[in-house]
Amino acid sequence: MAEDREVMREVWDGRLPVCFRLSVEEVNTVQQPDPFYLMVPRLTYFPLVTDKVQRHFSRHISEPDQGAEMWLDYDGQPIKWHYPVGLLFDLYGLGSQLPWNLTVHFKNFPEEELVHCPSRAAIESHFMATIKEADFLKHRGMVISAMQKKDHNQLWLGLQNDKFDQFWAINRKLMEHTNDELFKYIPYRLYQPDMPYIQRLVRPLSEKGENTTLLDLLHVSLPKFSKEDILDNVQIVAHGIKPPMDTPLQWMSEHLSYPDNFLHLCIHQT
Amino acid sequence: MAEVSNSNKNIELVSADHVIEEGDTSVDEKKNDVELEEKPKEIHNPSDAPLALTEKVKIDILLKATADAPIMKRKKWAVDPCKKIGWIIEFIRRYLKLDPSESLFLYVNQAFAPSPDQEVRNLYECFGADGKLVLHYAKTQAWG
Repeated sequence: MAEDREVMREVWDGRLPVCFRLSVEEVNTVQQPDPFYLMVPRLTYFPLVTDKVQRHFSRHISEPDQGAEMWLDYDGQPIKWHYPVGLLFDLYGLGSQLPWNLTVHFKNFPEEELVHCPSRAAIESHFMATIKEADFLKHRGMVISAMQKKDHNQLWLGLQNDKFDQFWAINRKLMEHTNDELFKYIPYRLYQPDMPYIQRLVRPLSEKGENTTLLDLLHVSLPKFSKEDILDNVQIVAHGIKPPMDTPLQWMSEHLSYPDNFLHLCIHQT
Repeated sequence: MAEVSNSNKNIELVSADHVIEEGDTSVDEKKNDVELEEKPKEIHNPSDAPLALTEKVKIDILLKATADAPIMKRKKWAVDPCKKIGWIIEFIRRYLKLDPSESLFLYVNQAFAPSPDQEVRNLYECFGADGKLVLHYAKTQAWG
């Protein structure tokens, strides 16, 4: 199982300074609302941390909008609540100045681009479903289905309350591999702006028994490109860093996965 | 989401198991807003499939009712690989004529609910077997 605890801790502690501003068209008071600043954990989901943002701005919008679902955009790009915050920044915000400037909306929910977030329970079920999917790829679902309900709760509460030890006490079981048996497949998703994400089957070992690497993963995901093309043109960003192309996938999966147990990797062209 | 897919008049879910009866079923199909097309070639080796998003090879999906959900008369459908899971959920809802107040849940491997913005192609590549992707649907939460 994951051994490099310092790496896991570093990933867990990643924070992004975010500045929220109410959309100018939606300000309904004479006095302009102040922007709202938050240090947001990279591993969380926006609706878990934006209750205060919603309250702050709800005094400044027109009455009919006050019960409406809040949504965010960055530079015109609607922000998906069901992607982890760090993934969203690595995908859309990379290179932008900090704090990350997001616009808050209560009107005109972009139905075509965003999924509604009706409740905290919706976030939890999305999170747990993603963990289950990941465990199906890694262990045929055996580990997650052997867990008790309270273990599932602990994973969720650990993330929700930003408690590293609480989360990892359970998550370590999901990251375990017994003896020499590695994960069956590596749970990952590969993102590019304006493109649907790619998810394929990639094993941690090649047929020759060698560790597969980030480069192998990209080659399987982008079969039209040779490995040379990929090395020349592509960089991967995860948790704000650029992991080397020869990083073994098993290690990446154990240490650089988000709490939903997926590696969320962003492609940036060099 | 329903409005979005409705605005696209040609609903591209096509029957995969009614190739032979082209003439007579097409009338029946129209009722359900479904176009009939030839059964697509099965992709035997998913990893060989090209990446291009414009790719026209459709994916066979099998829709199975679970728990108290009504059974669909036709279970096997061929679907554009770029379609999102949310779109399939809307299709089933319309096919079953569900009331807006009724819920519909969709599952892969009888275990997890895929994200509504997940593409069918990703699920097929990762969880498809024997040339098709099996999806279970339920009106109440069946798993997880």
